[in-house]
Amino acid sequence: MSVHTLEIDGRMVTALEGETILAAAEDAGIFIPKLCAVEGLSAPGACRLCMVEIAGQNKLRAACLTRAAEGMVVRTETSALREQRKLLVELLLAEGNHVCSVCVVNGYCELQSLAAALDVDHVRFTPRYPARTIDLSHERFGLDHNRCILCTRCVRACDEIEGAHTLDVAGRGRTARIITDLAEPWGHSESCTGCGKCVRTCPTGALFLKNKPAAEMKKDSGFIRQIIAARREKIWI
Amino acid sequence: MLTRTVVVDRVTRIEGHAKISLSLNEAREIESATFHVTEFRGFEKFCERRPYGEMPAIMSRVCGICPISHILASSKAGDMLLGVHPPPAAVKQRRLANYAQILQSHALSFFHLSSPDLLLGMDAPAPKRNLFALLEAEPDLLRRGIRLRQFGQRVIELLGGKRIHPSWSGPGGVDSRFPHAHREEILAWIPEALESVSIALQRLKPLLDSFRPEIENMGNFPSLFLATASDSGELEYYDGKIRIMNSAGEVLADFLPERYFDHLAETASSDSYMKAAYYRPLGYPDGCYRVGPLARLNIARSAGTPRADRELAEFRQRARGPVCESFLYHLARVIEMLHMIERIEQSIDDPELFGEPVCAHASLNAREGVGSCEAPRGTLFHRYKVDENGLLTKADLLIATSQNNRAINMAVEQTARHFIRSIPAGGAPADGDLNRLEAAVRCYDPCLSCSTHALGRMPLTVEWFGPDGKLLGSLARGAA
Repeated sequence: MSVHTLEIDGRMVTALEGETILAAAEDAGIFIPKLCAVEGLSAPGACRLCMVEIAGQNKLRAACLTRAAEGMVVRTETSALREQRKLLVELLLAEGNHVCSVCVVNGYCELQSLAAALDVDHVRFTPRYPARTIDLSHERFGLDHNRCILCTRCVRACDEIEGAHTLDVAGRGRTARIITDLAEPWGHSESCTGCGKCVRTCPTGALFLKNKPAAEMKKDSGFIRQIIAARREKIWI
Repeated sequence: MLTRTVVVDRVTRIEGHAKISLSLNEAREIESATFHVTEFRGFEKFCERRPYGEMPAIMSRVCGICPISHILASSKAGDMLLGVHPPPAAVKQRRLANYAQILQSHALSFFHLSSPDLLLGMDAPAPKRNLFALLEAEPDLLRRGIRLRQFGQRVIELLGGKRIHPSWSGPGGVDSRFPHAHREEILAWIPEALESVSIALQRLKPLLDSFRPEIENMGNFPSLFLATASDSGELEYYDGKIRIMNSAGEVLADFLPERYFDHLAETASSDSYMKAAYYRPLGYPDGCYRVGPLARLNIARSAGTPRADRELAEFRQRARGPVCESFLYHLARVIEMLHMIERIEQSIDDPELFGEPVCAHASLNAREGVGSCEAPRGTLFHRYKVDENGLLTKADLLIATSQNNRAINMAVEQTARHFIRSIPAGGAPADGDLNRLEAAVRCYDPCLSCSTHALGRMPLTVEWFGPDGKLLGSLARGAA
């Protein structure tokens, strides 16, 4: 397998053939903000937070979708990128109803920690305060659309890892929302296996374990990497 | 007649936003006085459509001083929705948190908010009647008060992970075992805490003799009293039946907290955001009652701890039957602080506190849940109705301060009639008497943010009106 050498933020980094800039950067310990990309799942390029500058190209590129190439010169941290990321996080916060203090993942939320890292101390947009619902019909899990940022991690984990494809997205634009089966209450879903992968991959408190007190739910999407590695190495069979 | 507004000072030694209006008759004598609470927060409304599991976290935001009360009442309502009894270790952790919170809240009320009146005098000029003046005059006592608060807050932090708005308790129990290693730290605090409260008691009791006019005329009236009562007759703060007693000491009713709404009701008035609670069979206003330290000491047969029992016996000698003087809320509060420290000491000697399991797991089994406990200021009730999935359709909070609302109004009126008596044309009440109006309110340590959901700080304003309802004058304190 061929290996490419490229420059990210002034550092020489190697990437395997086909590897994305995001993966190469993470392997080298360079942090690029992201909310939708998860190692082991397909990348939809939905959140646009991992946008980077590539020398010689006049467009910003999503690091999660752009393959690393020989001799590429990438910058992940410029004032323009930082301002754009800040703007995106503010738009996400203004779009839903995000009240950290009473959220199950307060302190463990990827949106919250990204907002803190980007110095989002206020939101410049008038919040929409949308009237969204909460689906508590499932025995163990809840889906709070107020906190959903439509990253679709749950949809991809359910489809690509569990193979159930219970979750999907319905609607367009600002009416887009996560649904279970054919937009039925989650508790009525026949395809859901109750595995909980969606809950663990969700970056916010949108998917949660019921009856967990506020700030008591830690999430970690790293388990997907372990499942994939275990399948590849056939360690379970 | 010209309306005159005089900004006197910045005084905010009450928790929340309030205004007092005095009505004068033709002879310019005080006809009546009303205590208004002037802002609104609306937790009952915006909790609708949220999951019941979130309620302890949301409801605790009602108050930064007594969040534990709201967490406990909310968790207990959640227990009822699940249809479970939390394991003994969870109940003991919750009880310990409540003792610690009552201790720190009472310390705040007594040392920070009321002691300037008590130790520096009602008539001391305003610049000499505040915490800073107290720090100069009584540095040791004030430091002890601050340390007592710190102790209470530290116990809460050890249990719940943080001092304000911990979220360790929820429907079914609490989230983790209480490590035995914390026992030593709590134990080390006890001797100093006991000493501090003893010193406060030794200071307060002789001082009360010099406040005879205030004791007799600042909210001294017969009323009903309501508190949680245990079968043993000892002071109870977490579980038990609700007892209502009259000023002759006769028990009018014992009922289950789950059915509080059959016995208690609230009435709204057009001049205040704070509703006033009353005992249904007697109606409003005859059925108005008092809650809090005074009510608890009047209703309990004994404290159940040796030091507090000795103080309670002495307290009982102040009246034949229930003590009716609102000013003695202060003394009741200090006796309760003593009791809380003794209870904390007992709690940490109980091995079950450190045990497991700590949570009863279940899914939704009921459509209505009620939780109650004794908050620092009195009995607190939370009642939730949920749909089939556990989303709230209705929340009802019956807060201690709104149960004291009518009594606070009566205390303010009695104080105005006795101390101010009349306001001559162009005149204004003396500063010391205005302070007495506030002090009458402070006896109850009202938490107006809790009871009305008022936001932020607001001055206490006093306005007086002629017989025709015309505003004659006002004094605003702390207009920001």
